[in-house]
Amino acid sequence: MAQALNQALRDALAADPSVHVMGEDVGTLGGVFRITDGLARDFGDDRCTDTPLAEAGILGAAVGMAMYGLRPVVEMQFDAFAYPSFEQLVSHVARMRNRTRGALPLPITVRIPYGGGIGGVEHHSDSSEAYYLHTPGLHVVTPATVEDAYGLLRAAIASDDPVVFLEPKRLYWSKADWSPQAPAEVPPIGRAVVRRAGRGATLITYGPSLPVCLEAAEAAKEEGWDLGVVDLRSLVPFDEETVAEVVRGTGRAVVVHESSGFGGAGAEIAARITERCFHHLQAPVLRVAGFDIPYPPPMLERHHLPGVDRILDAVGRLQWEEG
Amino acid sequence: MTVLDTPAWRPRTEAGPLLPDQEPFRLLGTPEAARLAPDLLTRLYAQLVRGRRFNRQATALTKQGRLAVYPSSTGQEACEVAAALALGPRDWLFPSYRDTLAVVARGVDPVEALTLLRGDWHTGYDPRAARVAPLSTPLSTQLPHAVGLAHAARLSGDDVAALAMVGDGGTSEGDFHEALNFAAVWKAPVVFLVQNNGFAISVPLAKQSAAPTFAHKAVGYGMPGRLVDGNDAAAVHQVLTEAVDRARAGQGPTLVEAVTYRIDAHTNADDATRYRDQDEVATWRAHDPITLLEGELTGRGLLDDALRQRAAEDAEALAADLRTRMHDDPPLDPADLFAHVYAEPTPQLREQAAMLGAELEAEQRS
Ligand SMILES: Cc1ncc(C[n+]2csc(CCOP(=O)(O)OP(=O)(O)O)c2C)c(N)n1
Repeated sequence: MAQALNQALRDALAADPSVHVMGEDVGTLGGVFRITDGLARDFGDDRCTDTPLAEAGILGAAVGMAMYGLRPVVEMQFDAFAYPSFEQLVSHVARMRNRTRGALPLPITVRIPYGGGIGGVEHHSDSSEAYYLHTPGLHVVTPATVEDAYGLLRAAIASDDPVVFLEPKRLYWSKADWSPQAPAEVPPIGRAVVRRAGRGATLITYGPSLPVCLEAAEAAKEEGWDLGVVDLRSLVPFDEETVAEVVRGTGRAVVVHESSGFGGAGAEIAARITERCFHHLQAPVLRVAGFDIPYPPPMLERHHLPGVDRILDAVGRLQWEEG
Repeated sequence: MTVLDTPAWRPRTEAGPLLPDQEPFRLLGTPEAARLAPDLLTRLYAQLVRGRRFNRQATALTKQGRLAVYPSSTGQEACEVAAALALGPRDWLFPSYRDTLAVVARGVDPVEALTLLRGDWHTGYDPRAARVAPLSTPLSTQLPHAVGLAHAARLSGDDVAALAMVGDGGTSEGDFHEALNFAAVWKAPVVFLVQNNGFAISVPLAKQSAAPTFAHKAVGYGMPGRLVDGNDAAAVHQVLTEAVDRARAGQGPTLVEAVTYRIDAHTNADDATRYRDQDEVATWRAHDPITLLEGELTGRGLLDDALRQRAAEDAEALAADLRTRMHDDPPLDPADLFAHVYAEPTPQLREQAAMLGAELEAEQRS
């Protein structure tokens, strides 16, 4: 996935001279995750810029650059280190189009490596999507596959609206048959994708939890359960149609994500499913999420992250009656 | 090579030339002022008089309920006017919520400049057309924008500078620091103007900063700091013009502290008698920017009845125009609420827009 993201940045820089990559260590080093590897060398310091170490400054400067017609792609080094830039994001980035009545749209992409499972010490594993998706004016997307990493990032950079682009850092090293030369057709931002069809119940997920859900669906076959998996890909816009259609077909749904459950994305999704599909539901919509605790230290994180067992447990609680 | 010779240690800039003068720079009343072009002085004068009248009219409009709030810049007009006049047509201004006057002096329609404070919409003008960023309510957050814009202009090879305005209180915010640091490292063509008007709402200077002056802060970032009498319109204009020219010439940013005073309360809703001494206000009233400039103009035989009358009439016309146009209720379109959240509304926004539409239709029927 890291390579696909790098290729997306590379292709965007080559295709459009107004695209600028900036952040901490993105130049010579290529970013701490190497996502910007070689970009400064190939496109110059002005197109891929090492900035001073200041997240509000990075995003604030990006606002001014976007006001002048550039398309900044900002890298925040880690999820929890994006918080200093939160005010710029919420008070300016998200609402500049709105407060200027459409005169100043801000085509900024904020790339944030997020989530746990890599054994990071504190402040390196937060899942911060709920903060962003609660802020009108932002798009919030998160790829779970290598194709999406490429396609969604290209779409985010091309978008005339600000996009918070959440990169599941534990999938950076995931491999797939993916050729930089022939990027597959990727559905646009705002479209969910059914990754696995299943008639018994639907797992609804995104980002780092997708592989876990696919694994759970596979394991469920042993119990005779036929699980489908929907990958949201985009939390804002939220593809309510696809989700509602799939859930109406199964009547049972579990929303899975690794960030804390309380006030999380899953709460919103579960509420919407209930509003849209109440008469089709055979059971309450359940959530499997991380605990409502500060992200735990690495040696304990496996207890926090939703795994296959916890997902299957929830599926069991849907009061399974096949047929 | 010794350790001290390595790039990791070597000082990057000589501190000396960056230091501000001990006393605020003044022009009016000094021998140097004799060299100032009469045209510049009379233009500054006309703008000061207009500005003072604008502040008074806008405050009156709050009493009539036509403005939700007005943070007056009475006493600070010299900074406002000089900010606008120091910029070329292609330069950008990044104002704070108190800087409506600079926005108007830059040529934005006064009614549009007051849109935010009127409360019918946020930004009333097209920032790109006016080359004026929206008035910023969160303190200092517009400063990094100015840096980014100036940097982008330089990358594009354009001869454009940005002037960003901030109050003394705003200098304590993290964004102030980040903006100055970015600007200096990037050598961005940007000028920061701190209007030190003595107070951040009720908090006086001594509780805001322990720095010798705000201009001194520049040294730590590696840019020059300039201290100027903020009530001396000619001095502020000269210092800002030099700083803007310096920026355009690729020599990087400048931090200018203009020492001024907020004669009115923080806004029309504030009671300044709770936190400050009336003698202090009187002292500053005696150092009024209009009086100072009038003194100079009179000394040079430039202030005749005709000029006085023209300036006064122009200011009255501005006030009358404001009264007339602000008297009408603005046309409001509720559909606007959903029109500018995203380029394409999300499905959820479409649904909500339809709901509001139905509510409005029902309202009209009943
Ligand atoms: C980030 C932020 N915190 C608090 C406020 C509330 N507030 C508005 S004006 C003000 C004082 C600002 O003082 P100063 O920067 O000196 O500017 P002045 O009002 O004197 O022009 C405060 C605290 C705000 N607008 N933004």
